[in-house]
Amino acid sequence: MEVLEFGFMQRALLASLMVGLVAPAVGVFLVQRRLSLLGDGLGHVALTGVAIGVLTSTAPVGTALVAAILGAVLIELVRARGRTSGDVALAVLFYGGIAGGVVLLSLAPRGQATNLDAYLFGAITTTSTADVAVFAAITVVVLAVVWLLGQRLYAVSDDEEYARAVGLPVLALNIVLAALVASTVVLSMRVVGLLLISALMIVPSAVAQLLARSFRQTLYLACGIGLVVSVSGTTASYYTGTPSGGTIVLLAIALFLLVTAGTAVSGATARRRHQRRAEVHAAHPHEHGENCGHQPVPHGDHVDYDHDGHLHAAHRTGAGVHYDEHGQHTAPPAGTAGRS
Amino acid sequence: MTAPALQLRDASIGYGDVAIVRGVDLTVDHGEAVAVLGSNGSGKTTLARGVLGLATVLGGDVQVLGAPVGRLRERGRIGYVPQRHTVSGAVPATVREVVGVGRLARLGLFRRLRAADRSAVADAVAAVGLGDRLGDPVASLSGGQQRRVLVARALAAEPELLIMDEPTAGVDAASQEALAAVLARVSAAGTTLVVVTHEAGPLSGVLTRAIAVDHGRISYDGPLAGAAPDGGGHHHPGDPDRLEPPRYRQDQPRVTTDRRR
Repeated sequence: MEVLEFGFMQRALLASLMVGLVAPAVGVFLVQRRLSLLGDGLGHVALTGVAIGVLTSTAPVGTALVAAILGAVLIELVRARGRTSGDVALAVLFYGGIAGGVVLLSLAPRGQATNLDAYLFGAITTTSTADVAVFAAITVVVLAVVWLLGQRLYAVSDDEEYARAVGLPVLALNIVLAALVASTVVLSMRVVGLLLISALMIVPSAVAQLLARSFRQTLYLACGIGLVVSVSGTTASYYTGTPSGGTIVLLAIALFLLVTAGTAVSGATARRRHQRRAEVHAAHPHEHGENCGHQPVPHGDHVDYDHDGHLHAAHRTGAGVHYDEHGQHTAPPAGTAGRS
Repeated sequence: MTAPALQLRDASIGYGDVAIVRGVDLTVDHGEAVAVLGSNGSGKTTLARGVLGLATVLGGDVQVLGAPVGRLRERGRIGYVPQRHTVSGAVPATVREVVGVGRLARLGLFRRLRAADRSAVADAVAAVGLGDRLGDPVASLSGGQQRRVLVARALAAEPELLIMDEPTAGVDAASQEALAAVLARVSAAGTTLVVVTHEAGPLSGVLTRAIAVDHGRISYDGPLAGAAPDGGGHHHPGDPDRLEPPRYRQDQPRVTTDRRR
């Protein structure tokens, strides 16, 4: 493939692969915690770190990582202490981060690379070999922590109060999650840019939620989706000459819309199929009961009736009773009381 | 066991520096099944939250399972069923995953759920009558069933002390009966039960002792039968189960207790 002939594209694709895998792995927990915009905020804070790196002529990736992790810890401490002031404190930190970054970058001596756009919107083709090494280290650490602490992070994200009552170290786990977000932000900085980082954390998770049944499935599916949109977006941006970050995010959003439409259509089809069957049996000559002559068949929490080889289940609606086909049904109807 | 399951001495409990519960003395022995009754805003939930370490002990002494509440190391010995109407969060999760969380507190920080933990989870889910829904997303369950999932989460920890906040409120009759049966079994196995409720009726077969909380103080402590002679139908002075018009108090962040920021 032509795209793989260039060293810079090889590095770009490697970086996008790692970002695509890691960002949703952390993002799923943020969505569960209803803190979807934390990544955005830490992206703002990371910009100050970038500026400090530029000013002091150290690698911006390292200083951005330090700034974002410090910001993450600070946010969790503020959240743990206050209730009403937390929101405002977050806003102060976030805007302080981006304002600090812009002002500090403007102070950089002339002739130095201070391309703000590259950090805000990503500049994947400038990824150096050293960057790839740092990214790989971050990827390994983030995935290892998610593997090791995933169940606890889920517990705290799902029901913080319960987690506290049964003695899980809630503050520590929250700080770990925030630090993971900070690391992911820095990892994603080159690929999608600080302003679009949250999208790559959140949108794959949003798609996966529509399709998965369990948290674990959502996590794996989100990582898979992130990987595919990230690598294909980067490849597409090479051919179309568009910025990689925007291309990746648009691709992810397109997938989200497609899946949303798909699930809506399949839901509507299932409802229509149900209605069609209901019409067939609306004119049922009698209501099934003890002595109707049809064999009763216990089915979960209700009784079906064997009607010429297929099973009829009563479905009572406001308009009366009709009979659903339960020959193919595997799950009992939603909302019924369980057995005990 | 020598120390009582719960011992409060002149305890004041509240939020910030505002005491909601004041000067309460209370001892609950191991194996007791206690209803904490009271109207909205009486302080009964705050009392329970103080025991759980979710509200601040502002004065006096609160001992849980023989240790001061802040210094109890093995909090996994306490089971907690919060007052929540649904379980489903933003991301789908199965019954197995939600109940599995109840097991984590017993495992330290890094240990993963093993086969023994998984079977404890399955047992707890079966105990609340949802054994065939283990792999289903909690969002597909009815409200009463979701509440039973929260009970299973607490049971999965095999707790010595089980604290429940309004487990029967807004739950259909079938689920209430299922819950009463579960609690009867748990109580028979020796677990101490503390159930915060505004009406003990549905669980009157299980709970034997009643504590009524009124304006942050205990106004009755005795047999449940004495607290509500005929199901709370007759309201007479001293009947702690009587319904009062709800008063607004700051200790009732009712709807938002699960996800405060």
